[in-house]
Amino acid sequence: MLEKTIYEISSKGRKGFRFPDLDVPSTNLPNELEREHLPLPELSELDVVRHFTNLSRLNYSIDGGFYPLGSCTMKYNPRVNEVTSRLPGFSMTHPLQPIETVQGNLLLMYLLQEWLKEITGFSAATLQPAAGAHGELVGGLIIHAYHKSRNDTKRTKILIPDSAHGTNPATSNMSGFEIVSIPTDARGNVDCKTVSDACDENTAGLMLTNPNTLGLFEEQVIEVNKIVHAAGGLVYGDGANLNALLGIVKPHDLGFDIMHINLHKTFSTPHGGGGPGSGPVVVSDFLKEFLPGPIVEIVEEGDDELPPLYGFVTPEHSIGRMKAFHGHFGILIRALTYMMIQGKNGLRSVSEHAVLNANYLMALLKGTYSLPFDRTCMHEFVLEGVWDDVPEVHALDIAKRLIDYGFHPPTNYFPLNVHEALMIEPTETESKDTLDQFAKVMLKIAAEARESPELLKEAPHHAPVKRLDEVKAARELVLCCWTPNQ
Amino acid sequence: MYIPHTDAERQQMLDGIGVDSIQDLFKDIPQDHLFPNMDLPDGLSEMEVLDQMNLLADANNSTDELISFLGAGAYDHFVPSAVDMLLRRGDFFSAYTPYQPEISQGTLQAIFEYQTLMANLTGMEISNASHYDGATAAAETVITAYYHFRKKRKSVILSPYIHPDYIQVIKTYLQALDDINIIIPETDSPEQFIKNTSSLINDDTAILIFQYPDFLGNILNFEDLINQVHENGGLTASIVYPQVLGIMKSPATMGVDFIVGEAQSLGLPLSFGGPYIGFFTTKKEFIRKISGRIVGETVDADNKRGYVLTLTAREQHIRREKATSNICSNQGLNALAVAIYLSLLGKSGFREVSNICYQKAHYLSDKISSLDGYHLVNTAPFFNEFVIECPIDASEISEKMAEIGILPGYDLGNFNSARRKQLLIAVTEKTTREDMDYFVKTLQESTNA
Repeated sequence: MLEKTIYEISSKGRKGFRFPDLDVPSTNLPNELEREHLPLPELSELDVVRHFTNLSRLNYSIDGGFYPLGSCTMKYNPRVNEVTSRLPGFSMTHPLQPIETVQGNLLLMYLLQEWLKEITGFSAATLQPAAGAHGELVGGLIIHAYHKSRNDTKRTKILIPDSAHGTNPATSNMSGFEIVSIPTDARGNVDCKTVSDACDENTAGLMLTNPNTLGLFEEQVIEVNKIVHAAGGLVYGDGANLNALLGIVKPHDLGFDIMHINLHKTFSTPHGGGGPGSGPVVVSDFLKEFLPGPIVEIVEEGDDELPPLYGFVTPEHSIGRMKAFHGHFGILIRALTYMMIQGKNGLRSVSEHAVLNANYLMALLKGTYSLPFDRTCMHEFVLEGVWDDVPEVHALDIAKRLIDYGFHPPTNYFPLNVHEALMIEPTETESKDTLDQFAKVMLKIAAEARESPELLKEAPHHAPVKRLDEVKAARELVLCCWTPNQ
Repeated sequence: MYIPHTDAERQQMLDGIGVDSIQDLFKDIPQDHLFPNMDLPDGLSEMEVLDQMNLLADANNSTDELISFLGAGAYDHFVPSAVDMLLRRGDFFSAYTPYQPEISQGTLQAIFEYQTLMANLTGMEISNASHYDGATAAAETVITAYYHFRKKRKSVILSPYIHPDYIQVIKTYLQALDDINIIIPETDSPEQFIKNTSSLINDDTAILIFQYPDFLGNILNFEDLINQVHENGGLTASIVYPQVLGIMKSPATMGVDFIVGEAQSLGLPLSFGGPYIGFFTTKKEFIRKISGRIVGETVDADNKRGYVLTLTAREQHIRREKATSNICSNQGLNALAVAIYLSLLGKSGFREVSNICYQKAHYLSDKISSLDGYHLVNTAPFFNEFVIECPIDASEISEKMAEIGILPGYDLGNFNSARRKQLLIAVTEKTTREDMDYFVKTLQESTNA
């Protein structure tokens, strides 16, 4: 055991917090409503602080080391973001306050909408989606609502490349569509011919990630999008990989109609051990009336004396609300803080260096690890974590061995169209030194795979725990550390 | 500033790649569209950005500067200092989803403890690792029920006294599933809803959802309705405000199948509506049917206790289009906040905060309803939030009170135009007797004048 659970360190009668004495007379609550047992633990403040501090030490984090997790854009989370998002003028505002009392919040949201539109080239934005997958669902539902509004109800199929994130097909299912899988060609692209063959009068749209999950820019993207449009479909851009495109190209210029943006990837807000993130959606002009409401607009123009009044507006044919209130406001503050610090030139520099880092690291590794698509990559690349001469060693073993050397492993077993995939995304915030060290370790592991494969098979050796029994976890399903029956 | 490359290193890297310039890395991009103009300002220093952000924050009136009785789904509870101090640890906030369990035991154990605390608080058997917010957690119960019955049961019954945003989100989530029939009975009162709904329950009922306390603060017993749905083979869910569970019975005692809701009140700031955290608890029998992350206990190769994400075969990255939900995150850091908050308050502290809210709300409702022209609308018991019928429109009162820095509550005219004279008033442990007495005095004056 690494750390006892809060129930194991609980001690009957101990207290961790004191409230002021009740300053009003007390009345009894109805007997039939009264709760008898409240099975919460009993701890002191130090018990709690020490417990969670100890837990935090069992985590690997960006602050602690290199985190080249492909598709996740694990860049540095600037500390100033944590300061601005906690300013009491922001954090102590209620979502239902009269708009006159929250003009600062509304202006911040308005500005963020404008930045996102300018960076991507689209005409309208919603900040409501809570995460990338939530933004995708907005996209799927807009495609559904758009065709329905034109009484074009026969469009039931969505084209999705085989390299796509699992969220794309899952989203399409939630949006009422059937999926047509599109194979990747020899250069790692979705090609015109395949898309053209797959399009017909039932095509609702295409979901395309660009750069795709192989880290490659789709070479035929403009033509592919034109084919889908000609067939009457819409093109959804999965914005997971926007970190490669800031100031490089505007996705709208490539023919996309809708796109989500992961603020927790591209715009440096923390991943938080799994969330909260934020997944704003941008759309072309002809789709703006379908956006989920409310969005922020100027509701009264300003004049020489008064600033404009910002307020919430729900678009006319809105697909509806995606969550209660107005989105992950605390995350929006962090993202705008980052954008303002970067500015126009800084944003382009972010993508240039993300692409530089990925290509540099790829050049260091590609002689030792097989590179299935040998092209200039964008912000990430995918290697095969397996060799013909040591078939018993898998990508997973390489990943676990990296932990022993103090690195977070790359994403493995994704994308699905690469055998034993190792997907590596260094991000722009890592130095040449870090990349050199990582490459050195990757080469060393390749040598170890031949000399002493058991070092890899049994790794990690130097982590808080060894490999965990996932089968036992799923079979026995212990999901709580304490139940009232104990 | 966040990019460490020196000019010399950049050149070495370009040499290593075998290109002359960074621009050479972008040959695959359609050259007509490469390096577009962006009409955006130049970058700023941290000092300048702090100034600008402070200006924006100062343009708001925060609940610290106002006397606020606003609730309606977001509550201004006190957050102990230790909660945020622990959240600021980079080991927590700069980590990703725990895909590599050997180096993520901190996040995994914290989620496991969150699951335990939520299950014990709601009186349900299990909890997942959380959803985006209370509204999306409620929508996920409907989707769970729809697939549980293999799309054969089409009828979803919602109490009209569920938070209106939640009803909208449920409708948004279900709009592409054309065959689902959402029924929201029109009734005059929450008590009437219970009476009238009985006739709507049949063998097509997939799920019935109610809120506890409901949007107007009422606490009612839904046991008969729950039993009736169960007799017809359907499922039931309750949206719960977790603070109520410190002193009051959980709907788990009525046999409900899912208890979900918004856990912002357990250690998170108001933050203008987000990010919050949707909790999702249920019975063991539905574990394989629900969406969202789940952490389970296991052992490592040395038989040492550890934790992993489990039952991942339900999720989108494995099942792709066969997955019932596309969710692939949880509100990790906010789940941590909830776990820390409930651990700190513990058994006695959580009972105490719950009782303080109850007592203060009843003090205030007694005082207001003793004023001429004002009366309490709730006939059922309530917890910390209640409805007052005013002699004039609530919007008029809100306007007058705004001038003296009071937010008198939520204008129910926004909920239902027939309730335009009603205010939904919420109290927390942060509301002082002095604030309440001042509010009562100004309420009286605002209608006398």
